[in-house]
Amino acid sequence: MSETHGFARSRPDRQPPYLYPDYGSTVKRAPRRAPIRVEHTLSEVTGPVFAGGWAGPDATDLTRTHEGAPLGERIIIAGRVLDEDGRPVPGTLLELWQCNAAGRYHHPADQHDAPLDPNFTGAGQVVTGPAGEFRFLTIKPGAYPWRNTPNAWRPAHLHFGVFGAGFAARLVTQMYFPGDPLLEYDAIFQSTADAEARERLVCRYDPALSEAEWALGYRFDLVLRGRDATPVDPV
Amino acid sequence: MADKLIPTPSQTVGPFFHLGMAHPEWADLAADDPAGERVAIEGRVTDGDGAPVPDAIIELWQANAAGRYNHPDDRQEDKPLDPNFRGFGRVATDAEGRFRVTTIKPGAVPGRGNALQAPHINLAVFARGLLKHLHTRIYFADEALNTGDKLLSSIEDAAVRDTLLARRGDAGVYRFDIVLQGDSETAFLDI
Repeated sequence: MSETHGFARSRPDRQPPYLYPDYGSTVKRAPRRAPIRVEHTLSEVTGPVFAGGWAGPDATDLTRTHEGAPLGERIIIAGRVLDEDGRPVPGTLLELWQCNAAGRYHHPADQHDAPLDPNFTGAGQVVTGPAGEFRFLTIKPGAYPWRNTPNAWRPAHLHFGVFGAGFAARLVTQMYFPGDPLLEYDAIFQSTADAEARERLVCRYDPALSEAEWALGYRFDLVLRGRDATPVDPV
Repeated sequence: MADKLIPTPSQTVGPFFHLGMAHPEWADLAADDPAGERVAIEGRVTDGDGAPVPDAIIELWQANAAGRYNHPDDRQEDKPLDPNFRGFGRVATDAEGRFRVTTIKPGAVPGRGNALQAPHINLAVFARGLLKHLHTRIYFADEALNTGDKLLSSIEDAAVRDTLLARRGDAGVYRFDIVLQGDSETAFLDI
């Protein structure tokens, strides 16, 4: 029987810090004390299992949830959930939420002066397949202003949340589009120091994934923590 | 060995996670009538000014009443799985930063070196302004096994240790506040 190993720790520059003053909301919400390091036990290496459909049906087509078609550029986003050792993460829940093509979320707290789209909610989910694969059809979200600094704009992005093999592997992140001029100015995107790690957040245009006369295709893989060398005992 | 892939950086959940994904029913982990002692836990999430955090999401992960996680890597064959208990929950805070969950008290689970960990619920806290989510644990203040728990014992400052203890109030409801920053800041964990 195989041993269960703890999850590997990230290089600090490859994840954002808690306190990042350029993103103003971190200033009152980032803890001041350093977190207490915990060697992994069953509590950290286990996590919810999504077999049996209890988390709800897959919802991978965000363009057909209402009477009509949403406005905007149809896009396909396909990829895999992997760990950093390249192993697929099958059977895990991947959630997606985003604003509409005009840059407005279907949410009462979003008061941006851009139109709501009655044909777009912007929420999806899927349980990954045997090779960790997933595929969504949606519309490209718009950029929108936020009050982080005067005249600040969020680059177009989709939010992704994924559970992974254990509670310590949980990841919530955002996916951006290649060549977006706003990335250079975005405090949230820039909060990760390492440029190569930031590139993980940018999807890649894939002409082979695009469908003629229908939708543009983008590839995006999510890479979760791998395993470290230490087995969790007892197992 | 092949080169490792760079892990995807975390990014804040932002203020709009509730959009279609809050699943209010997931705040009741005991909905399917699992074995064990029912407990309700309520609290408030506040920031460094003591202001409520109305856009937080808290996720819970815990063992069943026998102390076994519903996951293939928990191979404690001597303890039963409970078909009526998954062990996962999610709750959003309201406009005053408050949350409430219902669950069962977990059993003790093994830690490293054959030590027993006191009953606890693992938490992940997400919010706008948190570029990475925070981890912490809920322990139960009236639990005798707390004295032997490795994590609790490792925290020298009693005031910090106390932030991990849910306290039973008058109505039998446990109280567990989450203070993101400040003098009474919750003990967060680097897992």
